[in-house]
Amino acid sequence: MNLRKYLKVYRKFLHTSLASELEYKTNILVDLITAILSLIGSIFLLSIFFQNNGYIGGWKFEQALIIQAIYTILNGITNTWFNPNLTEIVKHIREGTLDFVLLKPIDSQFFISLKKLNPSGFLEIMLGFLLLFFCIRINQINLNLSFLTLSSITISCSICILYSLWFFISTTTIWFVKTWNAIEVLRSFLYIGRFPLNSFSFSLRIFFSVFIPIAFITTIPSEVFLGLSVLWKILLEVIVAIVFLITSRKFWLFALKFYSSASS
Amino acid sequence: MVQNIIDVRNLSKSFDISSKEPGLKGTIKHFFRRQTKSLKVIKDISFEIKEGEIVGFLGANGAGKTTILKMLCGLIYPSEGSILVSGYLPFRRKENFLKNITLIMGQKQQLIWDLPPIESFYLNASIYDLDKFEAKKRIKKLSEMLEIDEELFVPVRKLSLGQRMKSELLAALIHEPSILFLDEPTLGLDINAQRNLRKFLQKYNKETNATICLTSHYMKDITSLCKRVICVHEGAISYDGKLDLLLKKLSPVKEILIVCRSEEDAIKLKNSGFTVKNKVKNEITIKIENNSITSSLKTILNNFDIEDLFINEPPIDEVIGKVLIKNDYDI
Repeated sequence: MNLRKYLKVYRKFLHTSLASELEYKTNILVDLITAILSLIGSIFLLSIFFQNNGYIGGWKFEQALIIQAIYTILNGITNTWFNPNLTEIVKHIREGTLDFVLLKPIDSQFFISLKKLNPSGFLEIMLGFLLLFFCIRINQINLNLSFLTLSSITISCSICILYSLWFFISTTTIWFVKTWNAIEVLRSFLYIGRFPLNSFSFSLRIFFSVFIPIAFITTIPSEVFLGLSVLWKILLEVIVAIVFLITSRKFWLFALKFYSSASS
Repeated sequence: MVQNIIDVRNLSKSFDISSKEPGLKGTIKHFFRRQTKSLKVIKDISFEIKEGEIVGFLGANGAGKTTILKMLCGLIYPSEGSILVSGYLPFRRKENFLKNITLIMGQKQQLIWDLPPIESFYLNASIYDLDKFEAKKRIKKLSEMLEIDEELFVPVRKLSLGQRMKSELLAALIHEPSILFLDEPTLGLDINAQRNLRKFLQKYNKETNATICLTSHYMKDITSLCKRVICVHEGAISYDGKLDLLLKKLSPVKEILIVCRSEEDAIKLKNSGFTVKNKVKNEITIKIENNSITSSLKTILNNFDIEDLFINEPPIDEVIGKVLIKNDYDI
């Protein structure tokens, strides 16, 4: 793979997406306001759950805020990259414009996963980081190298798992043509990621760890922040992320053999 | 000797098609128990195309023209048979193969809707690994050939269909491909825009010796661009050869309207052994076989007092259209 070429193409993707989005100023403004209101609403909802005894699943409100911060960062990433690109796969397949992507001398997964960008998602990422720094202060977390490395690794793994899940569902469009509902279900499950895994019953904990690994996406990085995580959990998240990435890639290449293009 | 750039042998393609009975009952049945059947849309076809050739694919809707083009450019996997394009197996979509081809579809677009076409051109240039200087040079050359200038800087959504199609062509040709697959490129364009596009394709073929495979329902596209046509009927090739020859075979006679000086001359002509289509006063329409036109006209001009004469060729759309539906020619 020619890395220089891919960087050059990605720079062009950034440029064209920003230029396209900036054509509609009001839309960006509305998106920005929505991101702020959504974060305020989520924190308010979280605080209601903690009103009774101050604990949920053994987590204090200040600790649970870390999960909210990581969720906000991941949601920002979802809105910046995954949502504009991966929902477009369905459109590409239904309308047959995937033809243009497949005939370009560039990796098709790279192209359809990164071509677009929604700049208003950046604000959500920034808000998420601001909340995270606030949580680091109130929870008196000691910022050292091993902490930064582990938290970066776990957050990166969360991004990979989330991307792979979404990409996997979008790929099934090649057979099922319409998969909007499945993507909506995935987004609904992600909302669950705002709460500590321990706050759910045992069976739900198993479901969210094994079948839909939402637990890996927010809870494990948060445990790293609070020094509660154990090494095997971090290793497990890394393995899950690698397996998901490789599987989604292989599944995409396999699915393309069944692509029949839309009729003209 | 000119080499074959496309080589297709015993190619077939089948699709699983689901069918549904009408009405609510049919819809519910279709939802729970989908009936699918395998439909062979391309049936054991073979042909070669030489470098620099412009070949038109003719056929009614659903005949299989677009499926053939999509298999040639590697979008669809063939079910049986082999395809070699420029020495590559298309469906492997190797980088060097993709740099050599392009697909233009009249009804689909790749330009970024909210931005001027120039942005899409530079994006494509980076995908084809062209540096900025080379991209600029090629955009300038192609925009001059396509006669577009200011339109390059206007958002695509504000361009007319003709301007958009020209921009689509530029975006698809920025990497100077040697094989062009065009699927109804003039669809929806007005007569002038169609003519300009054809002029451009002729010029591009002449200057670059590019091979062009074209499907179109506008016969003018086929007659002005293609010397060779491949007729596809229900997934099989029913004719592969020169367009001239096909037309001669399809319409072996011409109609000639002769205006005589007097009605007596017209009556004399009517009784002189020609096949008469109709006669109104001093005007008579006769049918003459293509291979005896010159001698027959000589006889008429020498033996009758003729005021005027018109040779009518049947409209090509009509001739080929009938054949594509009935598939009743035997060549």
